[in-house]
Amino acid sequence: MGKGLIEFINVYKQFGETIALDNVSFKVEENEFLTLLGPSGCGKTTTLRIIGGFEDIQKGSVLFGSQDLSKILPHKRQINTVFQKYALFPHLNVYENIAFGLRVRKQPEKAITEKVGNMLKLINLEGYEKRNVNSLSGGQQQRVAIARALVNEPKVLLLDEPLGALDLKLRKGMQIELKNIQKKLGITFIYVTHDQEEALTMSDKIIVMKDGIIQQIGTPEDIYNEPVNSFVADFIGESNIIDGLMIRDKLVSFAGQDFECVDINFGENTPVDVVIRPEDLVIVPDHEGHLKGRVVSVTFKGVHFEIFVESHGYTWMIHSTKAPAVGDLVGLTVDPFDIQIMHKAE
Amino acid sequence: MYKRFLSYPHIVWMGIFIIAPMLLVLFYSLTIMENEHLYFTIEHFVRFVDPIYLGVLLRSIWLALIATFICLMLGYPLAYILANSAFAKKHSLLFLIVVPMWMNFLLRTYAWMTILENTGILNSILESLGFSRIQFMYNQGAVVFGMVYNFIPFMILPIHSVLVKIDPSLIEAAKDLGAGSKRIFGKVILPLSLPGIISGITMVFMPAVTTFVISRLLGGGQFTLIGNLIEKQFVYVGDWNFGSSMSIILMILILISMRFMPKDEAARGGGLL
Repeated sequence: MGKGLIEFINVYKQFGETIALDNVSFKVEENEFLTLLGPSGCGKTTTLRIIGGFEDIQKGSVLFGSQDLSKILPHKRQINTVFQKYALFPHLNVYENIAFGLRVRKQPEKAITEKVGNMLKLINLEGYEKRNVNSLSGGQQQRVAIARALVNEPKVLLLDEPLGALDLKLRKGMQIELKNIQKKLGITFIYVTHDQEEALTMSDKIIVMKDGIIQQIGTPEDIYNEPVNSFVADFIGESNIIDGLMIRDKLVSFAGQDFECVDINFGENTPVDVVIRPEDLVIVPDHEGHLKGRVVSVTFKGVHFEIFVESHGYTWMIHSTKAPAVGDLVGLTVDPFDIQIMHKAE
Repeated sequence: MYKRFLSYPHIVWMGIFIIAPMLLVLFYSLTIMENEHLYFTIEHFVRFVDPIYLGVLLRSIWLALIATFICLMLGYPLAYILANSAFAKKHSLLFLIVVPMWMNFLLRTYAWMTILENTGILNSILESLGFSRIQFMYNQGAVVFGMVYNFIPFMILPIHSVLVKIDPSLIEAAKDLGAGSKRIFGKVILPLSLPGIISGITMVFMPAVTTFVISRLLGGGQFTLIGNLIEKQFVYVGDWNFGSSMSIILMILILISMRFMPKDEAARGGGLL
């Protein structure tokens, strides 16, 4: 990847009694699509607002290139934000909204006309110049907000849950559009969301946060396939998470049985969390499975069935394209590679 | 049908107490009683076209404009501070602005008289400090002061109610786009608070231009305003026809000046009007 553009070093931030960010460190590379992901109150928006210059920090430092971010004047930061509820200026039309940043920088009228025109083309809203922003649909307002930020040619675009107010279909379309814009312009996007699917779809890198602490940094594949703890596993996609005991390297015990696995270095007889994705559990005839259980419910989900099987007092969630009948006795197998072992959360 | 039925009491109310009196005023302004016969005439309006009366009208408008301007200059910053201050403080401040309005208007103005009189509280203090007495009352300044004091809440409240509704993320957005605090104010806050300013101006100017109590009490009757003139026709002279014609002229002037106010879609929702 490119060179580091923004770097958080041991950043600490408190609001009153609440710790918003606790010793947060990470790097943002040039031209990457980075997503800050986590439940509300995890510190993702605070992180974004610090980069945007709307919050200061109590400890640590934030670097932009090689400079201290807080020492760069706001109008020289080359960072722009797309706000959660768009925050378009209601007294200005589409053209003037997009031109706002250029006018602040006292650009000549000719350059403004050209740049705003290019932006309108990029967001497919040519001919909307004179329209009142309040008369636009949510998706169109969203696009104007993006154009208003991008027209300033920032190095970094910050997006705070920008698709949260749109309906599902529009959101899917905008996800692709955003990703295309990011690739086309080759600038860094830092994206905040609580929607794990959105994060997996668009990001080059995801930072999963909880209670002001970074849980995991990695590519979408890494985070989905190798979550570092049960929180990440649970937050990213659906998971079966149960208590287990790591007997020794490559052998784990859960649900009353021993299973081969691929994990090492957990020590001997260590309590752990065992995570198995619903699509990694395979239903087999009951005498062939590692686990035996009874089917308690089957729900059609479109692409697959969601099946719940009760076994040894634990209910397993299974995703499968074939559906057994409710009440059937079935066996379950799981590949050693698909058993994720995690340290117990403190 | 159901909704229309509910509006009947209000329509009846408006008919009896608003429309009928206005029609009566219009009727008086256009008629004259001679030898127990009623004649229609525009004589009362013609009579008003006289340097003395026109001078009074001009003075009324001029003093009301000055008072409105001062209210705006004092009221806007206060409304702005109120809109941006912490909750506990904000409520007590707003309370202080509204509380005088609970007191009788006349009482408040008399209270100011006892303060500003030649033998009043302020002059007593000045004298005890070794200064000579100052004539505070019975001049145009005192009249304007009385207008500002009495009507400034009508400037502050609509501006305040518009300012608190401005989404803080708009200010952040302007900051994000590189605007400094001056430009944020000029390009975002001021234009967005325009509906409040407009309704504040209207709500101060209208009572100020028609007042007769303030000018009589604080101006000592030396500065006759159009309100005093109208009052005099009704109460002392008994010329209801001429008084009515002056009321109609004032109403028309106010209507015309309202036409020149910028029309804003949002103005109707914002402010108190």
